[in-house]
Amino acid sequence: MDRIIPWDFSVIPEKFMLFRDAALYTLQITTMGILVGLVLGLIAALMKISNQRVVSGLAGFYIFIIRGTPLLLQLFIIYYGMTTIVTIPPFPSAVIALGVHNGAYIAEIFRGSIQSIDYGQMEAARSLGMPKPRAMRRIILPQAFKRAVPPLGNQFIIALKDSSLASTIAVPELLLRGRQMGSSTFMYMEMLIIVAIWYLLMTSVLTYGVHRLEKRMRVSDRVHT
Amino acid sequence: MSIHDQPLIRIKRLNKWYGDLHVLRDIDLDVQEQEVVVIIGASGSGKSTLLRCINHLERAQKGTITFDGKPIRTSEKVINRFRQEMGMVFQHFNLFPHMSVIGNIMEGPVHVKHMPKHEARELAIHLLDKVGLGDKTDTYPSMLSGGQKQRVAIARALAMEPRVMLFDEPTSALDPELVGEVIKVMEDLGREGMTMVVVTHEMWFAREAAHRVVYMDEGSILEEGTPEQMFSSPENERTKTFLRQILPQEEAPVGA
Repeated sequence: MDRIIPWDFSVIPEKFMLFRDAALYTLQITTMGILVGLVLGLIAALMKISNQRVVSGLAGFYIFIIRGTPLLLQLFIIYYGMTTIVTIPPFPSAVIALGVHNGAYIAEIFRGSIQSIDYGQMEAARSLGMPKPRAMRRIILPQAFKRAVPPLGNQFIIALKDSSLASTIAVPELLLRGRQMGSSTFMYMEMLIIVAIWYLLMTSVLTYGVHRLEKRMRVSDRVHT
Repeated sequence: MSIHDQPLIRIKRLNKWYGDLHVLRDIDLDVQEQEVVVIIGASGSGKSTLLRCINHLERAQKGTITFDGKPIRTSEKVINRFRQEMGMVFQHFNLFPHMSVIGNIMEGPVHVKHMPKHEARELAIHLLDKVGLGDKTDTYPSMLSGGQKQRVAIARALAMEPRVMLFDEPTSALDPELVGEVIKVMEDLGREGMTMVVVTHEMWFAREAAHRVVYMDEGSILEEGTPEQMFSSPENERTKTFLRQILPQEEAPVGA
């Protein structure tokens, strides 16, 4: 190469808003992926702590498979691998992959927080004549959710960043937008830095939100005996 | 009130093992309506296990427990119905930390008995007054002292309007100066005619409030009798030894 274009960071402010739609895509994949993950995670966690071996084994198997393979592979299996049976468009593929993937991690978060609740809580509820599922819902889960907030926040941030993998299956999210803008303007570094700023903005808001939630929920049980 | 010759709780030849450990051996125990029975014994004697078997928080492998003439050993659903009639108070209170004091007390009536909320609220306020905590309705458990927590726990159990109250070492986790306020509530209950089975180390409660004292040792009931009999002239050597260890010198039974 005989000519090197120098970095010109002054374009960052003017190009910044050109990434807004892509950022919205990132936000949508992440939000929907997390929601799917929360539902799957809660179901898998409750299955995992079941006394019935088949039920808990099933949940264990799901967690084993998902945690033991890369998210990118899972994404490809859903987007490319499934085409024999059904063709799933890029966006839903990304949501499913991110949801199923996060479900496994969230299941372990929920399981840990449920099992961290003192067994006396369950006994107290049962001693009132409360059936087990209702005791779980009324007494155990509300306390367990509280304890799950910090690790969940962490997982949400991971999910937000992981959503960038959707760029590999042509979902027009932040990273893909960055690469496209880079190649069309020959200002790769500048465009990628804009992408980085968008990610940092979103992770910061998320971190702040989780932090606030944590603080608000600590009010009722400052002391434990 | 039922006739006095049919006990409210009848335990027959109850046996329980934890693995190889035989923790309850051929327990026979009747509890009459309006009777206050205090179970004493060294730790590891099986007294808490016995109490927890009554409302099936623990399951015995052999023997029967009948409540008001009906056997308890049946399905989950039936056990839940029996549990509604048996209030339980735990050593570590086990209050629900995510609910206010009044929320704790209303939980059973509203979400087990499906009592209308306003009714449950009235009941809860009445019970809080009764245990001397009328000003604590909207406080959270974490802000209460141990003695206050245990009194809330008693109110929570009473809110189900049980026919018997089971106390599992209710004062063992309390600072000494807080024991009195809990014991007083229990004594009041006994005086009002509540049927109670109490596992405790507070011998003065046994002396003041019990109709019958049961001494357990290594999973068996060794001796039972009125507080006067038990404290002044126990027959069994081991009962004597136990009481000598636990009672202040001048009150301990002589001899042996």
